[in-house]
Amino acid sequence: MASNGIKDRVAIVGMGCTPFGEHWDKGPEDLLVDAATEAYRSAGIDSEQVDAYWLGTMASGFSGLMLSEALKIPYKPVTRLENMCATGSEAIRNAAYAVACGAYDLVMAIGVEKLKDSGYSGLVGANPPNDGTLSSMTAPATFSLLAPAYAKKYGVEEGTLKQVLARIAWKNHKNGAKNPKAQFRKEVPIETICKSPPVAGMLGIFDCSGVSDGSAAAILCRAEDAHRYSKHPIFIKALSFAAGPAEGYYSQDYDFTTFPEVVASSRDAYRQAGVKDPRAEISMAEVHDCFTPTELVLMEDMGFSPRGKAWKDVLDGRFDGEGPQPVNPDGGLKSFGHPIGASGLRMMYEMWLQLRGEAGPRQIPEPKLGLTHNLGGAPGRCVSFVSVVGV
Amino acid sequence: MAGIVRYGSYLPYFRLQRAAMGAGKGERAVASYDEDSVSMAVEAARDAVRGGVAVDTVLFATTSPAYAEKLDAATIQAALDLPESVGSVGLGGSSRMGLAALLLGLDLAAAGRRALVCASDVIVGAPGGARESQGGDGAAAFVTGGDRDAIARVLGRASATIEILDVWRVPEERFPRQWEERFIADTMAPAIADTARRALEAAGVEPSTLATAILDGTNPRSMAGLPKALGLRPEQVADPLAASVGRTGVAHAGLLLARALDQAKRGDRILVVCEADGADALVLEVTEAITDARPVRKVDRWIASKRNDLPYNTYLKWRGILPFEPPRRPDPERPAAPPMRRHERWKLAFVGSRCTKCQTGHLPPQRVCVKCGAVDQMRDERFADTSCRVATYTLDHLAYSLQPPVVAAFVDYEGGGRFSSELTDVDPKDVAIGKHLEMTFRRLYTAQGVHNYFWKARPGR
Repeated sequence: MASNGIKDRVAIVGMGCTPFGEHWDKGPEDLLVDAATEAYRSAGIDSEQVDAYWLGTMASGFSGLMLSEALKIPYKPVTRLENMCATGSEAIRNAAYAVACGAYDLVMAIGVEKLKDSGYSGLVGANPPNDGTLSSMTAPATFSLLAPAYAKKYGVEEGTLKQVLARIAWKNHKNGAKNPKAQFRKEVPIETICKSPPVAGMLGIFDCSGVSDGSAAAILCRAEDAHRYSKHPIFIKALSFAAGPAEGYYSQDYDFTTFPEVVASSRDAYRQAGVKDPRAEISMAEVHDCFTPTELVLMEDMGFSPRGKAWKDVLDGRFDGEGPQPVNPDGGLKSFGHPIGASGLRMMYEMWLQLRGEAGPRQIPEPKLGLTHNLGGAPGRCVSFVSVVGV
Repeated sequence: MAGIVRYGSYLPYFRLQRAAMGAGKGERAVASYDEDSVSMAVEAARDAVRGGVAVDTVLFATTSPAYAEKLDAATIQAALDLPESVGSVGLGGSSRMGLAALLLGLDLAAAGRRALVCASDVIVGAPGGARESQGGDGAAAFVTGGDRDAIARVLGRASATIEILDVWRVPEERFPRQWEERFIADTMAPAIADTARRALEAAGVEPSTLATAILDGTNPRSMAGLPKALGLRPEQVADPLAASVGRTGVAHAGLLLARALDQAKRGDRILVVCEADGADALVLEVTEAITDARPVRKVDRWIASKRNDLPYNTYLKWRGILPFEPPRRPDPERPAAPPMRRHERWKLAFVGSRCTKCQTGHLPPQRVCVKCGAVDQMRDERFADTSCRVATYTLDHLAYSLQPPVVAAFVDYEGGGRFSSELTDVDPKDVAIGKHLEMTFRRLYTAQGVHNYFWKARPGR
């Protein structure tokens, strides 16, 4: 029984990412073609060279045919997978294991989501036939539970906490403003964020991630082959995943100030990567800021801040684009947007750019290790993915 | 001989002031958007069968059935977690069927059986009419049995069935119509008085010795002459609750009887008369058992527990009379028959499970314990009457609701167990972590003609 990891055995040698946003003129198949074409070009390969594909989408399509038909892939393995909002990261994880074990030489992980065709506000889930007793809580409602629980546990005034949450949104908008592919490319004043129309609990519109369309893709190979395709490959140091028993939905012990799934997956990832002190060793992170309190709690669950102190680190600017440990330098889910199946790959895309020095005005000086964190579900019942990557 | 063994009543939380309808003084009780005749019957019956009072038959009377075809009594049976071996009967078509159901239940009791009699109505009238403003929503429930453990024994009864065009509605129409009240009053008054007299004679009770006379009819005029005809003093006549509740259709005679029992003492004699398409009359004598058998929630407590600032247009939306802009969210999905059947005791009776190894409670019931991992070591446990409190909560402005925002909470149950539940009958300003809650049976929504019943939490009433 072990989570051995595949440190430095797999490299990413090419990536592509569409702009995220309201693509009224493009369907999910168009987005897949755009992201895949960019990834092939980035790796300097022809599509025929790719041996197998992993396609992540939550609900924009079904089966590998969605990709093989769009890209006209001739009779190769295409796996379609889904793991809620962590779907894109699952595509990377499964593709990486396939090359690590030697089954294939060159593979693609690609994610896509088309959310803006539904005409609904927010995310819409489709349940299998059921008994009608499932919780009707929306995503912002479940995540909004974190805020008052955190404030109460650590004695933070609700007004102060509102400022902390607003600063997270403000920072991610500021980062997104420098990103040509982000859905929202405008800085938003703290006062506007605080005054935005209520969605759930303490959360206003500006505390929520962008509902958008988009796709992103990565080409992976074994580390020893990486330089055949890329002068500047990046290497996987850790891939970790945790699905919880939903303890928070049954047990009165759960207090809504932590994601045990994130604690478990980040601990495993650090062990795989040999990271002893994440606060000091992780240069930058793309984390699952689906709602502002999520990012706050993640900082503590992943060991970037001590328990009960992340709110101070946020106010001190520790996680700002120019801060000592930038978090969501590309704008995050908040500003880059959150097309579910693509988000995990979009996070990796920023690591790809940053580690190769290609992030333009957002470039973090000399990053060593980057982390992506992707979460699906709700506080108390979720799945969590953590990767560590470097050069 | 037979009698009433237990009883319960229910009035919804909301009131609509008649001034808001331009219809004079007082207010009427209004079922919330998530209530119907079935859910209110369950709420009233919970008090009547509390503590495991056994019954072998369920009688359900309503003029506002949840389904035109499908047995509402079966939903009531399931929600009360009664055994599937009970028999069931549905009555409707006239507001007299509430008292008629009680008489039938008493007949069953005389034959050695025990019946749960539920009468419940959501009274909807065409906007602007008297039925809308003078009607009310509510429920009453009685358990009938042998007179040894009765809290009120039957002394006498009488009935009359009269073909008359008074209140009528064909199934295709939404709102009932009513003939001129004066015609009904003049024509029916002699028959009502005759029925009441026959019941009193059968009981051997002089009208002047009655502690209470409950006089309920399709319109106040038809009852106006009865006290004089019977020789009743004004103080003997029960308050019809016209100012605070309105006439609750089939439930009304039972509701007034429940209120009389709330206040009765041993030896009190009570006359109940209900007029609609004829009349039924019942004379009861209260026994010493009344003191230990009263429900926790009495009618006056229900009346006092209210919110009466409901806007008229909200009321019309709740009853589906006023169309409105739907939210930009998907329509609720229809629950499916097989999972509903598999999970029936969870969905309708709120039965979870408890691990027999480590005592952890689970809602919904689980096979594997979340704490100790024991497999198939659970016992069923009903949480419907378990004391509970708010663990944490939020106001959900995005979720679909006819009373936004949705107050969503994690509810912790005494003795262990947690469930994510919607709150109802709640002012968002009054919610706080640790606040005491109780569970209530509701109709969450209707999708493709299927009513989705389940439980919600509400602040204690």
